[in-house]
Formats: sequence, structure tokens, C-alpha cells
Amino acid sequence: MSNACSSRPDEQKSSLRHLMTLQWVREQLIQGLLFTCALLSIITSLSIIYILFTTAVLAWPPGKSFFQQVGLVEFFTETRWTPQYAAEQRHYGILPLVCGTFLVTGISGLIGLPAGLMIAIYLSEYASPRARSICKPILELLAGVPTVVYGYFALKFLTPYFIMPFFHGFLGLPVNGFNALSGGIVVGIMIIPMVASLSEDVLRAVPSSLRESGYALGATKFDVSTKIVVPAALSGVLASFLLALSRSIGETMAVSIAAGQQPVLTINPLSQIQTMTSFIVNVMQGDVVAGSTLEKSLYAVALVLFAITLGMNLISQMILERYREVYQ
Amino acid sequence: MSLHRGGYEIRLVWRHRLGWAFEWICRLTTWSTMLLLFVLLGAILVTACTPDQPLRNPNFKSTVAAGNGIPAEAEFLPAKKPRGWLTWDFLTKGNSYIAEDAGIMSGLWGSIWVVGLTALMSVPLGVGAALYLEEYAKPTRFTKLIQLNISNLAGVPSIVYGILGFTIFVRMFGLRDRPEKFICSLGFVDVHFELPLGRVVLSGAATLTLLSLPVVIISAQEALRAIPASLRHASLALGATKWQTIRHQVLPASLPGILTGVILSLSRALGETAPLVVLGAAAQLSIVPGRITSLGDAIQHPGKLLQAPFDQFTAIPLQVYSWVNDPSRGFEYVAASGICVLLVVLVLMNGTAIFIRQRFQKKIRW
Repeated sequence: MSNACSSRPDEQKSSLRHLMTLQWVREQLIQGLLFTCALLSIITSLSIIYILFTTAVLAWPPGKSFFQQVGLVEFFTETRWTPQYAAEQRHYGILPLVCGTFLVTGISGLIGLPAGLMIAIYLSEYASPRARSICKPILELLAGVPTVVYGYFALKFLTPYFIMPFFHGFLGLPVNGFNALSGGIVVGIMIIPMVASLSEDVLRAVPSSLRESGYALGATKFDVSTKIVVPAALSGVLASFLLALSRSIGETMAVSIAAGQQPVLTINPLSQIQTMTSFIVNVMQGDVVAGSTLEKSLYAVALVLFAITLGMNLISQMILERYREVYQ
Repeated sequence: MSLHRGGYEIRLVWRHRLGWAFEWICRLTTWSTMLLLFVLLGAILVTACTPDQPLRNPNFKSTVAAGNGIPAEAEFLPAKKPRGWLTWDFLTKGNSYIAEDAGIMSGLWGSIWVVGLTALMSVPLGVGAALYLEEYAKPTRFTKLIQLNISNLAGVPSIVYGILGFTIFVRMFGLRDRPEKFICSLGFVDVHFELPLGRVVLSGAATLTLLSLPVVIISAQEALRAIPASLRHASLALGATKWQTIRHQVLPASLPGILTGVILSLSRALGETAPLVVLGAAAQLSIVPGRITSLGDAIQHPGKLLQAPFDQFTAIPLQVYSWVNDPSRGFEYVAASGICVLLVVLVLMNGTAIFIRQRFQKKIRW
């Protein structure tokens, strides 16, 4: 920079150099500022981990963390979750919450994953450009519907008009007004757009030469779609499944509205349950005494939730990363 | 040989039938999912617009038992909501414990304040981070780590952000047992606030900012990536500095893309309920942040605008949640009306985003 300046006439030289330094300082300042913005994401992550860890696992000396009070063995093996009861009846076993969460996630997966994959196959292999141009915005709209709306739909329409008549009226099974099934179904609907758009991206990324060689060997469109395109994109599809499932594990409002607030260790989808997320929401709705074991239990549950979803996200990102390298 | 051939042809027919069936299953799944959206919206809209059923008069039974003449008009009380629940009244009233009097105004203004402040904070931070990652950062391990971290943050459940916001902004790590009052004098107005912040608009907005930042960053990065390198090279070749190139070439060109992504992520923030519930935002609130009820009010008392971020708030999805959970009569209709208002706001925001995308995509050709 100074070399370029030195070749100019003397009277301009000093002012130009002055300008250049000022500009250089400004450029550096701006770069630093933008870097700070990017750093904020790291700070966010670290503070999430710090907050959850210091309250749940290892507190600063005067205070006691949740696991220092309750103990890991009880937390992971006890089958009752009753932190809101009177002191002598309190049990802190996360199993009922985990079971409820996975029940809802399982139902949502059974509905959302196949439907999402079907839509992805239709959009990438069969649909005309016109049909695609109609479907994509509607899928975006479906993804944009807030989760309370799904919860309301599950509680006020799905349960009384579909689940009750079928399971109670037709099959004669006892059905609770709040049930895991209705929650699972709406969460399943909720993850359809996510699975569909992510899977469609990976299906479309499969090179068309693969499809054409399939046709050249006499395969039908069905054979090409299911035996060539989907297997070729399998890792990407699996990654989108994992992301969608991690989303349905973290889903809160729809489940806490529709599936009830009773932590029961059950696999009956027609009974009332409580998920990890709806426990947190349920407790935080009221006033929580600062520093109580109940409040710390929230952080412990959130830590488990965070660990599960983080693990699933990391795995799916690793898969997607590798997949991108293969086809580019 | 002919037998083999026959077998092959039969199998071929079946293969085609199978393919045909599969195609139709896929097609049906797709279109029934699309239909589902309209069923969902339709059911809620119909509920919101259902006229109130006339109430049975509680005194009616006794008149029958007494064997008196039955006056026709005494059998039912007149309906309180003859034109459905989604009326102008609903938009201009605050919340209430009585279903017929409940309105969305405090929720609507609360949402506008929270999302507005979220936009003010998340747009500069998000675009800044995206600019750093796309324009400045060298492909080091650290950059990769930031990138991975951002995509992971986008997948963290919103309720975890709620707990983060609760600890950092509402409680401020429990540094003080009792909130301490502060008055910040700005000459023409005194702004009252407490530390820790407590359950105020600013806490909500800050939490939603952290929540929406990863999405804003990712969409802004995509918009920046769509700008061809030749544009940057041309500007740099003319002697512009890096920042001048970004400020005068890259940012204006990518603005429509960035705006679209920002609006979409803000519309997601608008529908977020869980973090706000965890923050402990009030559901039963009939006042508006800063008590600004009209534009004239805001102009006459500009101090109220500064006070509003430190005021208690509620939001549309929060109101809907509390109404859904209210088992008393009539609240399911109120909830449906609230959802309709929420969806109208969302459609307006998404519509703006789509409009921007359509309009500017056509103008710019590289």
C-alpha cells in the first residue's frame, strides 16, 4: 500500500497515505465487527451448554446442582416422575418423560417420514413443472403454520371427530381426551414439509445419467425411482429423516396442548402422557421458586433434550456433508 | 422358450401396473397433504365464524315444571355473538376472563413490539455474521466450526432457547434476589427499568433474536452466495476497498434475497410460543406495551415508545395457548379467532416476502 503511494507527487502523498491508513483502520474495524457477529453464534452455543451444565450437572460450590441432589441412577432408572408433589412423594425418574417423547416421535415418524418421502419422490420424479409450482408454495405454507395451531387442531378436531369415533365408538377402546396419538399425528403432519423439501433436494441431486442408464436397461419408472434414485440418495434421505425426528422430539406446543400433562410410563397411544418439552412448559407456566429442585429439574430435562437433538443433528449433518462430497 | 417369454410378458405387465399404482400412491399422498392444509385452515375459520348458539335460559325448566304457559322467547337467551366470534370488537379489546369480552389487542400489539425489536436486533447481527462468513472468512477450521455450530443452533428446540432467555435475560443468572429499579434520564423522558430485566418485551425480543439468528444467517448466506464473483472482482478492480465493494455492490444486489429470508424467519419467530411461555410472559394481560393505543398517542408522548420495551407483554400465540387451555365455555371459539388473526398476520408477512422475491428476481439477470 505504501509503495503505491510513494510514486505519487509529494503534496498528495501525505494526504493519500493518511487516507489509506484511515481506510485501512476502518476496514479492519468493520471486519472485526462482522467477526463479532459471527462469534455470537459460538457464544450462544457455549452459554446454552454452560447454563444447562452448571444447573444440572456441576454447580459452582455454594449451590448444588440437580444431579448432586438427585443422583444419576435415580434419574435414569426410576419410573416415576413427580417433582411437583409434596416433598416425601417426589420422584425424579426421567423414563416416563422420555417414553412419552419417543411415543409421540414414533407416531409422528410413522406418519411424517413415509408421507414426506412419497411427496419428495413425486415432486422430483413424477410431477410436472406446473404441479411442482403449485405444491412447493403450499408445502412452504404448511411449514409456516405455527405449532399452537396444530395443537388446537389436534385437541378440538382430530380427537373428537376422528380418534374418538374410530377407537372408542368403533373399536370400543378407552380413549382419553388428551392422547399421545393426536399429538403424534399432528407432529407427523408438521414434519412432512421438512422431510419432503430436504429429501427432494437430495433426490434431485442424483445425476440424471444414473436414471438414464436404468431406463436403457429396460427399467420402468418405478424401478428407476425405488431401486436407483432412492438408494443412490439414501444417506441424504436418512439425514433428512434424522433432522425431522429431532424436530419432533423438540416439538413443544402441539404436544403439550394435545397429548396432556400426565407423566405415565406407557406405550398406549390412546392414553394421556407428558413429553420432556411439555413438562418444561407446564412447570414454567406457573411461578417456580428460584433455586428449588423443581427448577433445577427443568434444566436437567432440557439438558437431556438438548443432548438428544444435538446428537441427531450432528449425525445427520455429517451424513449430508459426506453425501455432498460424493456427488459434486 | 415360449413359456419363459409368456412369464416375462406377464411380469412386465405387472411391473407396469406396480409402477402405475406407485405413481398414484405418491400423487395421492401429495395432494391429500395439500388438502390437509385447507381442511385445517377451513375448520378453524368455520369455528371462528360460527355464530354463538343461543343459550338455554336457566329459568326455563322451572316454568315447564310449574306447568305455566311457555313463552317462546324465554326458552333461549339471545346470542351474544350473532355474527361469529371474529369481529372488529375482537381486534380492539384486551383479554378478559369472560369469553364474550376477550379480545386480541394486547396480544397483537405485544407481538408487533416483540417481533419488531427482534428484527432490529437480528437483522444487523445476522447479516453481519453472514457477511463475515461469506466475504471475509478464510476456510480455516475455525470458520468450519462456526458454520457447523450455526446449522446445529438452527436445530436446537425452541424451548431450550426459552430456558436460555429465562436464565440470561429474565433472571440474569439470579445475580439479585429482588429486581432493582433504575431510572434512566434522557432529558425529555425518564425510562424506568429493572435489573434483572424480568418478563418484559426486551427479554422476549432478545430470546427470539437468539432463536432466529441461525436461520437469518443461513438465508442471508444463501442470498450472498447467489451474487456472482465477477461483480465483486469488477468493483475491486476499480480500486474499491473490500467494504466499499460490499456496501455498494454486494449488499444492494443481494438485498431482495436477504429480505425474503429475514421476513420468513421473522414470521417463524412470530408464531413461536414455547420460548415465550418459558420466559413467563403474561397470558392474562389486557394492556398494550407502553400503553400506546394509537398513532397520535405515540406522537404526543414519544417517551412511551422508549418505555414500551421495558413493559410487560403478551403475544398472539401465547393468548391462543391460554385460550386453548381454558376449559370454560366459549374459549375454543376465541382461540379459533385468535388463530385466524395470527394466520392473517403470517400470510401478510409471507406475502410480502414472496412479492419481493418475485419482483426482484425478474429485474436482476446475471
